[in-house]
Amino acid sequence: MAGLDKRVATYEEALAGLTDNMTVLSGGFGLCGIPENLIAQIKRMGVKGLTVVSNNCGVDGFGLGILLEDRQIRKMVASYVGENALFERQLLSGELEVELTPQGTLAEKMRAGGAGIPAFYTATGYGTPVAEGKETRQFNGRNVILEEAITGDFAIIKGWKADHFGNVVYRHTAQNFNPVVATAGRITVVEVEEIVEPGVLLPTEIHTPGIYVDRVILGTFEKRIEQRTLKKA
Amino acid sequence: MALSREQMAQRVARELKDGYYVNLGIGIPTLVANYVPDDIDVMLQSENGLLGMGEFPTEETIDADMINAGKQTVTARKGASIFSSAESFAMIRGGHVDLTVLGAFEVDVEGNIASWMIPGKLVKGMGGAMDLVAGADNIIVTMTHASKDGESKLLSRCSLPLTGAGCIRKVLTDLAYLEIENGAFILRERAPGVSVEEIIAKTGGKLIVPDDVIEMTF
Repeated sequence: MAGLDKRVATYEEALAGLTDNMTVLSGGFGLCGIPENLIAQIKRMGVKGLTVVSNNCGVDGFGLGILLEDRQIRKMVASYVGENALFERQLLSGELEVELTPQGTLAEKMRAGGAGIPAFYTATGYGTPVAEGKETRQFNGRNVILEEAITGDFAIIKGWKADHFGNVVYRHTAQNFNPVVATAGRITVVEVEEIVEPGVLLPTEIHTPGIYVDRVILGTFEKRIEQRTLKKA
Repeated sequence: MALSREQMAQRVARELKDGYYVNLGIGIPTLVANYVPDDIDVMLQSENGLLGMGEFPTEETIDADMINAGKQTVTARKGASIFSSAESFAMIRGGHVDLTVLGAFEVDVEGNIASWMIPGKLVKGMGGAMDLVAGADNIIVTMTHASKDGESKLLSRCSLPLTGAGCIRKVLTDLAYLEIENGAFILRERAPGVSVEEIIAKTGGKLIVPDDVIEMTF
């Protein structure tokens, strides 16, 4: 019976097997829905030479940004550098290899990777630096480029609730990249705010079916807000 | 007088139609949400996976798990739905969004747009902009007409790395509303009190000035 019980008790177990030079895919958009404790565990483990695939690279001092501090990331695949000063500095100086990838293409690369599709054509990026070195074709008069799928050694995601089987639901827009990232990892680890008894999550409400998930761990989250914006009184 | 950011948003809002699904980029485009006419209903798409973005929250309703593409805290309106990034870009790439409004550094007479990096100086990343311009038919670019040193941003050929090729047909600047057709900018409207001569002087690419250029009113 334990074969389908994905729960682990410690963050050490959650990321056991993660070693230098591996590819890690991470869910999250900005600081929303990021697996903040799994990222902190990667920092504690001190693994180096990582290729990290994530829409953003956190901010200075939080999220994936903390892995830049000790140069644990060799290559970053992301769509947006944004306001992360250390990321921008390492990018411009050339010490961090960065593959800037359009956001929708990034999502689709991981969706395809998880779905067993090796590559796909898209109009996104045609005629821009993103298209350099890529095969181009025309379909119905529309110019498109060939983009290859992405898979990872590890996928780390943040859910709201999960059950023993690794079925996951996400809360609000903390869903973002998490469901696609979950499908594309050889080992997928989800950290959640709550682990519920089997049967509590309705089959109709599951966002990520447990087949994609290898390990589930219960965490506590800071959930830092990047742009605190309130309605004008 | 050049248009203020608020006036630019107001002008863009006049392009909204009842029943539209609209994606608003970061900056001036975000302000368009404040000027949706009362008698129409539109649904705002946020690329991080929210269709039906509502107003900003209060101290009581603020929630770290509810943000928009600009990472600002938001709420969801009645009728909203939330989904993954892959689903969000299926909507965008698949041409399901009726109107896209986004900013840029430069546009040119071929409908090219540059908005994501200045080599050696600034790398913001393209985020979802390349998908948005490739997937949408109806796009309005909002930007200032010229830089602070007076250099035109409406060019014969973009000088910066492109975000998309041949995909822009409408531009609203702080001085004018222009369309792009057959390798030229066509001046359709000018900001209140801004002369056609000033717009000509600040437009780098070929500009056609029809006889019936409208002066905007607010």
